[in-house]
Amino acid sequence: MNARSKKYVRRFLIALSLVFVGLFLVLPLVFVFTEAFSDGISAYLEYISDTYTQRALLLTVEATLIAVVVNTFFGLFAAWVLTRYRFPGQKLLTTMIDIPLSVSPVIAGLIYILCFGRSSPLYGFILRCGTPVVFAVPGIVLCTIFVTFPFISRELIPVLNARGTDEEQAAALLGAGGWTIFRRITLPHIKWPLLYGIILCTARAMGEFGAVSVISGRLRGLTNTLPLHIEILYNEFKYAPAFAVASVLVVMAVVLLLIRCIVEYQGRKKEQ
Amino acid sequence: MYVELRNINKRFDKVVAADQLSFGIERGKLVALLGPSGSGKTTILRMIAGLETPDSGSIIIDGQVVNDIEPSQRGIGFVFQNYALFRYMSVYDNIAFGLKVQKKSREEIRSRVRELLCLTGLEGLENRYPNQLSGGQRQRVAFARALAPRPQLLLLDEPFAAIDAKVRQELRSWLKQMIGQLGITSIFVTHDQDEAVEVADEIILTNAGRMEQKGSPLEIYKNPASSFVARFIGVSSVINDYHSLRGFEQVGNFAQAVVRPEFVEAFKADNSKFHHLLDVSEDAVIEDIAFRGSYLELKLRIGQILLTTNRSLERRPVCKGEHLRVLIYRMYLFDADQALLLENSLLKDRDIMDF
Repeated sequence: MNARSKKYVRRFLIALSLVFVGLFLVLPLVFVFTEAFSDGISAYLEYISDTYTQRALLLTVEATLIAVVVNTFFGLFAAWVLTRYRFPGQKLLTTMIDIPLSVSPVIAGLIYILCFGRSSPLYGFILRCGTPVVFAVPGIVLCTIFVTFPFISRELIPVLNARGTDEEQAAALLGAGGWTIFRRITLPHIKWPLLYGIILCTARAMGEFGAVSVISGRLRGLTNTLPLHIEILYNEFKYAPAFAVASVLVVMAVVLLLIRCIVEYQGRKKEQ
Repeated sequence: MYVELRNINKRFDKVVAADQLSFGIERGKLVALLGPSGSGKTTILRMIAGLETPDSGSIIIDGQVVNDIEPSQRGIGFVFQNYALFRYMSVYDNIAFGLKVQKKSREEIRSRVRELLCLTGLEGLENRYPNQLSGGQRQRVAFARALAPRPQLLLLDEPFAAIDAKVRQELRSWLKQMIGQLGITSIFVTHDQDEAVEVADEIILTNAGRMEQKGSPLEIYKNPASSFVARFIGVSSVINDYHSLRGFEQVGNFAQAVVRPEFVEAFKADNSKFHHLLDVSEDAVIEDIAFRGSYLELKLRIGQILLTTNRSLERRPVCKGEHLRVLIYRMYLFDADQALLLENSLLKDRDIMDF
């Protein structure tokens, strides 16, 4: 292939990607915002400051925070165990961690209803504990955790594997204990992938719909998360409010994306 | 014995790293663990450090069985093959790490790190990070870091493998001198016999998880205990019909022999210095000549036998196809499990020292 046709191929491929992204990503986003602002700015502000919207937002933030904290710890432990020890069933555990990525979220929601709902043998015990799981906040948190739990460990495992254990062994031979080794040797190395994993996990948790929609029961103001709230508004033909709330979610996602870019950039700079 | 291994066994799936291995090392010695790649020497070193657990047998350091003692409590300095420097710490922090872990006072840490920086010639580099250092400097940092907590035993895994040839030579003598100065018992792993011979007080030669021989470099060189040692140490030619050479008779059942370049003297027939030895020499043809930088390496053919010798550049030039007279001083005979030094019987009462 000569240089000229190479150039055309390059241009064609770039144009194709741009058209694709424009058609499937940018255009819908533009529509979200035009629809959201179709009743004017004051109406928009009213829609997003609505009590139910605010409660839904709070619930989403709450579920996301808990899920991210839980999964950060779980992800760290899982990645550590899977890369630093050899034990029977290791492959199985690695595969199991990936289950949430391959199973439909709706199934996750149903599993929890079966486990903790009225028909479950555990139901009596749960009632005695004083808080129901299904159609309540704990269920939503559980589902969010389930759906997002591979994100952090999957970021960490390849990094830990690629690095090997020499530095940790060197530290151990110099007399350092487990915690010191983790804090002084391992953590500086996985800091950026860990942050990256946390951000991905947050983004996914915020937008979770399927599993949560099954288990939440959609009690407005109680168990309604932001994505569910949008759907309810939409089903009630309240298009402008629905899109206004959707735009809030979009803004949150874009902010996260920006943070992700910064983190990635910083991480790469540190590597050099 | 300061460090002692008793009946150590260790295998990974199919690879045997140690097979009923036993040896001892005296305090203050600098010992080389020498063997071909994959002979289990690194694993042996890692077992002494506690990074690997032997399947059976005991490891004793300073009279104490250390099998169940954590690596961090064994008081061993370890230099990794790739150094394993803490890449997110400066040179200073790398060296100070072991002292900080021991909760030494700030002043003590500072003075000890200064001392080591001075000892290893790294002054002025304390704020650099490992990726800003050359290979030789990294090795010095790894060495200083391992020494900082004043270990009683220093283990080095292929300490010169990652360094280019020229710096390696320098570092070898540096390391030997440094360890001699400190008087610390040290064991280093190497697959390079020159390195072992040059640096170590004592060599432990291993093959397939077993000790082939232990002794000073000279001892091993002069009296190889097994056929493996005879072939492993030195550049050697292995020959079959050794008894067809003048001055050598068939001994027992030994079928093969090893002849080293330094056992062979090649000279031109008109060389007056060797005139009196002409009658016991063999006729040989030069098959090949290779220039080795400071000497020539000649491949000589005597009938079916092919030998190698080195020739000084100060001597008269030779060319391919030329006939030379060849004297063979001695050779190692070996069979499957033993080796024997055999002197040329015709040279016994001859004066060969006037060369």
